[in-house]
Order: sequence, then structure tokens, then C-alpha cells
Amino acid sequence: MQLFPCPFCGPRDEAEFHYGGEAGNLRPDGREVPAGRWADYLHMRANPKGATREIWVHVTCGEFFAMERDTVTHKVAGSVSLGEAEQQP
Amino acid sequence: MTRSYSALSLFKEGLAGQTGWEPAWRSPEPKARYDAIVIGGGGHGLAAAYYLAKNHGITNVALLEKGWIGGGNTGRNTTVVRSNYFYPESAAIYGLAHSLYKGLSADLNYNIMLSQRGVLTLAHSETGLETAARTLNAIQVNGIDSELLSLEEVKRLVPIYNWGPDARYPVFGGTIQRSGGTARHDAVAWGYARAASRLGVDIIQNCEITDFIIEGGRCRGVATTRGTMRAERTGMAVAGHSSVLAGKAGFRLPVNSYALQACVSEPVKPILDTVVISPDTGVYVSQSDKGEMVIGGALDRIPSYGQRGNLPVLEGVLAGMLDMFPVLGQLKLMRQWAGIVDVVPDSSPIIGETPLPGLFINCGWGTGGFKAIPAGGTLLAHLLATGKHHDISRPFDLDRFTTGRLIDEAAGSGIAH
Repeated sequence: MQLFPCPFCGPRDEAEFHYGGEAGNLRPDGREVPAGRWADYLHMRANPKGATREIWVHVTCGEFFAMERDTVTHKVAGSVSLGEAEQQP
Repeated sequence: MTRSYSALSLFKEGLAGQTGWEPAWRSPEPKARYDAIVIGGGGHGLAAAYYLAKNHGITNVALLEKGWIGGGNTGRNTTVVRSNYFYPESAAIYGLAHSLYKGLSADLNYNIMLSQRGVLTLAHSETGLETAARTLNAIQVNGIDSELLSLEEVKRLVPIYNWGPDARYPVFGGTIQRSGGTARHDAVAWGYARAASRLGVDIIQNCEITDFIIEGGRCRGVATTRGTMRAERTGMAVAGHSSVLAGKAGFRLPVNSYALQACVSEPVKPILDTVVISPDTGVYVSQSDKGEMVIGGALDRIPSYGQRGNLPVLEGVLAGMLDMFPVLGQLKLMRQWAGIVDVVPDSSPIIGETPLPGLFINCGWGTGGFKAIPAGGTLLAHLLATGKHHDISRPFDLDRFTTGRLIDEAAGSGIAH
């Protein structure tokens, strides 16, 4: 059983969390978005082996946050709520 | 030297003290130039190399494997073979694989121990049975053998199921593909490797791709830990590591890598002679020829390249298995492992040319790649030999993620992979 750090609740059981997607995958804006750009946003992923930054949600409290972890060792480097992440440079 | 496997050669070698067998495949030094390169020494890659030589007469082929052949997902699956899919495109591709599997032992002169013991999918409610019947109609229209079973028929087939009144997952009936079953996964890898090697394919193990050679916007070969090799056409069949190689080639794929776990118990006498799948517990169980209970279940919920698996999913799988078969409760687990599978949004494979011309891909089989090995190999070989799609692989091109013409088998056949 692994513990994930919720920025709001602290370390909690991994089963309480839901994976949201890769961080930084922003929805394209505007009416004239070409099909290739939509496909990129909807489906194409870096899917890195090693260090990654992802969006997760702590289902029990509803907190959405960014988590940095390693996809091979599963070690978590840290997590930050999305509101705080936006204020970072 | 004895080359062919038969009862007669076994008898002769018995008299000669088993000293005349030649190695199953050659291990040559890499050459600087090939007609085609196949990356990935799992079932799909080995099959592609074999069919390049057999179907297209292209024998100057390198098969490159980072570790040892059959050491990835080919050796980590639960060995189930079936073709009962919902969409006609899927039925065509898995049907091709299934028909090739039936003749594969003779074709390769290698016993893959195909056992057509049937694959039974349970229905745990009246509505579940109605949905199963509707899916079954589609599967039958696709020309795949599949039947609806009554509760009594399921009881006769699986007497060790939890038939008690307090069963958490009672059974209302089921569907069965009687021509489905299991095959020995190592034998599939070794059989293809031996047959390909005998046709001239160079099987090169411990050879990791470090980069692609890109000239004039085309893939012209690969740089590896065992030197540089050039070819006008390169194919890759590397499952969960597809995104890693795609990154080196400069494009992204609609793939997420997850760990899929499985485990086996200690061996016991024969008690289960079919494959049982429960859609509600997400668990499937069969008994190997050695007597071990082979248990598989759902994907881990965390994107991962760690070939271990996480405890919560294993716990859920075993809880479901115990609810289905309480009689197995005292068995010890012998081994548990995980393979890294390539999960695609519509749970269907990706076969075609990549955004880097000259580089072709076979990936996206998710949790169901073993059953498709002969088809994946045939279709990747066709692409590498002709540069064009086979009719069966055309719907599975990467372009479907831009056109939106997805083949959603997770929604269609109700089996998540």
C-alpha cells in the first residue's frame, strides 16, 4: 500500500486517489481548432518512463493537485494544489 | 545435427544420448545493413520477422531485443487465446490470429500446446445475461463461434464455482467460445524465433535502441548498444515501451502505460478445464497443464513502467477470485508478476506507418496482445514488405485518432483492455 500526499489532507492511501492526466495538457481555445490539434489534446501523450508531473484528484476530499513522481520506482517527489501551482512562475 | 522436431527425431536422439540437437536459433553478430529491421523480441516482433521471411521472401532481417526474447509481456500474460469481439474490424483481426494459432504448431514445427478448452464469460444478473446475449448476436454475425449457456450448462461446466445461496456474485448463465483456450506463451516466442532464424532472420538479443537514424525526414535505421544498423524500413512492436521509442523518433502516441498483474497458485490436480471470466469481479481464472491456477484481473490504476504491480489491485483480484472459487482458499500463491501494457483510448491496437516515414508500428494491444500475436506479426510484416496496409490492418491506423473513427472495444465487447 502506497501513501500519496494530498496537499489538503496529507498522506493518504493510494486507493483514495484518481489519476487525471498529464499536467500541462491544456484544452485548445477558439472555434477554428484543427482536427490534428484536437487529437493531440484528446489522445496524444508523452507517457514518460521516469520523472513525470501529473494531475490527480483526492476523491474523498475533492482536491485536484499536481503530483511529481517517478513512473518506474513510484517514488513521489511532491504535490502541490492547482491553485498554488498557478501562482508559481 | 538434428534440426526437425518429430517423434522419430526424439527417438533417434534418445538413442544418441541427446547430443545431436542444434540450438533452436542462431545468435549472429549484427550486420551493418538489412532489408528490414524489427524492434522488439516479443511474440509480435518475432512473428513479424518470421512472416517477412515466409510470406514475403524478405530474409535479410534483423530482430532486435533489449533483453531476452519472450521476456516481456509474451512471458507475463495468462496465455488465453480467443476471438469473440464485437466490431467486425476486431473480429477480422482477432479471427485471423485465431485461425493462424490453430495451425501454428505444424507451421512452426514447434508444439505451442494450443488447448481449445473453451473460454467462458459469466453473466451475474438477468440484465447481464441480456447484455451478453446482445453482444453474442454481434459476435455470431461476425462469424465467430460463440454460444449462450444456461445456468444448468454453466453449473455442469464449472462445478467448483461458488454455487451457494450466499454467493456475492451469483451466476445467471454465460457465453462461451468453445474454440478459445490457452497456448504455452514461451513456446510461441521460441517457436517463432526458431522458425524465423531458420529462414535467415538474425535474432540479436541484449541490443537496446539508443536512437533512430533520421536522414531526409525518413527513418534509415537504428543506433543500438551493439552498433549501428541501417534499413529502409523499420518496424517496432514494443508494447508498453512504445511511447519511449516514439519519443526518440520525435512523435507522441495515444498510449498510456500501466502495469497488469497476474499470479499462479501451487499446482493441484485437474479441477477446472475451461477458462472462466467474470465481468463483475474483473477476474479470470484457468488451470495450467502443470496444475497451477492462473489468475488475472484488472489493470493497476496508476500509470507505471515498474514491472511489479501494486498491492490494492492484487488484493481486489484475489478477493474476487475467492468469492468465485472459495474451494481455492487454502492454496498458496507461488508467483506474482506484472507486465507493462500499452493502453489506448478505444482499447484497439495501432498498426501502421508512424509520423516518421519508414518507421512502422504495431502497439496498443493493451491487456490482450498474446491472443493476437500471429495477426500482429502478419500485418506488420505486410506493412514492412509492401509499405501499404493489409485490408485487415487499415482500420487500425494511427489516423483514426484524428478522424474520430475509433473502434471502441471496451464499450463494444465489455472487456476492458
